Amino acid sequence: MSASSNPAASQREHFTFAGTGAVISFTTLQETPENFEEQSPYTLALVKLDEGPVVTGQLTDLDGAVQIGDRVEMVTRKLMTEGAKGMIVYGYKFRPVLPRA
Amino acid sequence: MRDVSIIGIGRIPVGEHWESSLRMLAAEAASAALKDAGITAVDALYVGNAYGATYSSQLHLGALIADYAGLGGIEAFSVEAADASGGAALRAGYLAVASGLVDTVMVLGVEKSTDSIGSARVQARTISLDADYEAAHGATLPALAALLMRRYMHEYKLELGVFEGFSINAHANGALSDYAMFRNKIKPGRFAVAPMVSEPVNLFDGAPDGDGAAAVILTAAVHAADMVPLPVRISGSAAATDTLTLHDRSDMLYLRAVNQSANKAYAQAGIQPEDVHLFELHDAFTILSALTLEAAGFAERGQGWVLARDQGITLTGKLPISTFGGLKARGNPAGATGVYQAVEACLQLRDQAGANQVAGARTALIQNIGGLGSTVVTHVLQV
Repeated sequence: MSASSNPAASQREHFTFAGTGAVISFTTLQETPENFEEQSPYTLALVKLDEGPVVTGQLTDLDGAVQIGDRVEMVTRKLMTEGAKGMIVYGYKFRPVLPRA
Repeated sequence: MRDVSIIGIGRIPVGEHWESSLRMLAAEAASAALKDAGITAVDALYVGNAYGATYSSQLHLGALIADYAGLGGIEAFSVEAADASGGAALRAGYLAVASGLVDTVMVLGVEKSTDSIGSARVQARTISLDADYEAAHGATLPALAALLMRRYMHEYKLELGVFEGFSINAHANGALSDYAMFRNKIKPGRFAVAPMVSEPVNLFDGAPDGDGAAAVILTAAVHAADMVPLPVRISGSAAATDTLTLHDRSDMLYLRAVNQSANKAYAQAGIQPEDVHLFELHDAFTILSALTLEAAGFAERGQGWVLARDQGITLTGKLPISTFGGLKARGNPAGATGVYQAVEACLQLRDQAGANQVAGARTALIQNIGGLGSTVVTHVLQV
């Protein structure tokens, strides 16, 4: 880690997350930003990762109603398109943890 | 440090002002405030504006408005703190006059929200969220408020209908004011069945974006009494911040910055929450109203909605809130909202609130919030 004049920054550690967690709140947006319109409506959630931190992300591959406490796992998906000729942005979303075969 | 008073107020009705541009709205409010104060010039102009960059493709509002409002040449710049921009500009004006370095300041909030519509406006508003960790994932402020509200309802085992008192009160008060964007009343029972914006936040829950401009003029309290018959003293002024994102808070159902800025303002003014005669709070969403009442010392945790259910927040209640309709019915002209709150509180304290008057109001609390409690600016106004 490089030296920093910011004590808070110099004390930071990097963690790798397993990508699994539980939904602690969720909502389905009926009014969405322009760049997300083609996916509207979509479901956004607060996911508490198993390691502790909470992140904001979309739920995807949903098959049925979501409930607080649902287990989810991180997947890579298309997030948005920046207009007709703009970039297609990919990032993380969360899907329900699939039952083991 | 000198004591600071408000000696002039001006505002225009909040609404869809398609006939006017941003600078025209600002000039109208500026002119009304100067007229009210009985002066023609100020030493500095601080502009509160949140979405000029994306709504209006216009920044550099200090020079623009000073020139267009006929105040050319003076110190002028804008202050931005999302929807708390107006309150932050008031705080900047207060600091300038209190410091003794500036004698007379105009604080002007302005927003031109309705020139963009639909998903373009929703997109424009996301500029105040965390770009990498919220907006990039499709979040909007109403959606984040919905996440907060659902969590609150889950933790305290509440139904959506318990929040209806906030919107019923706001619209009842808005119906009495010529300056309100919405003057319709909401009937009990209609709130919980309104169309969803982002469940559980619905059309009767979130405040509407409106065009608006409001201005107040500040000067040293020692001069104020010689200038106008009813100066209003700013006896407390404080600002605090919390994490920009909801997900980074260890306890998201407690608005820490609301608590910190309110307590600082109370201490400076030498008052307790029970001394407050009316509270212009930031009712952008009913969940913000409930959590604000809890964190600012008016309700126990999990009980913020009870005051609304029990008629405690009406014009004749224990703690009148949103006395001119609040953000919900007066409308939310984002960066101007905090200055509207100051204007409305002054009307109450000057006993000039007409049908919206809170009888015997001597101490008013106003609080302007950016995001879901990320920036909170609180002022105590007294006569």
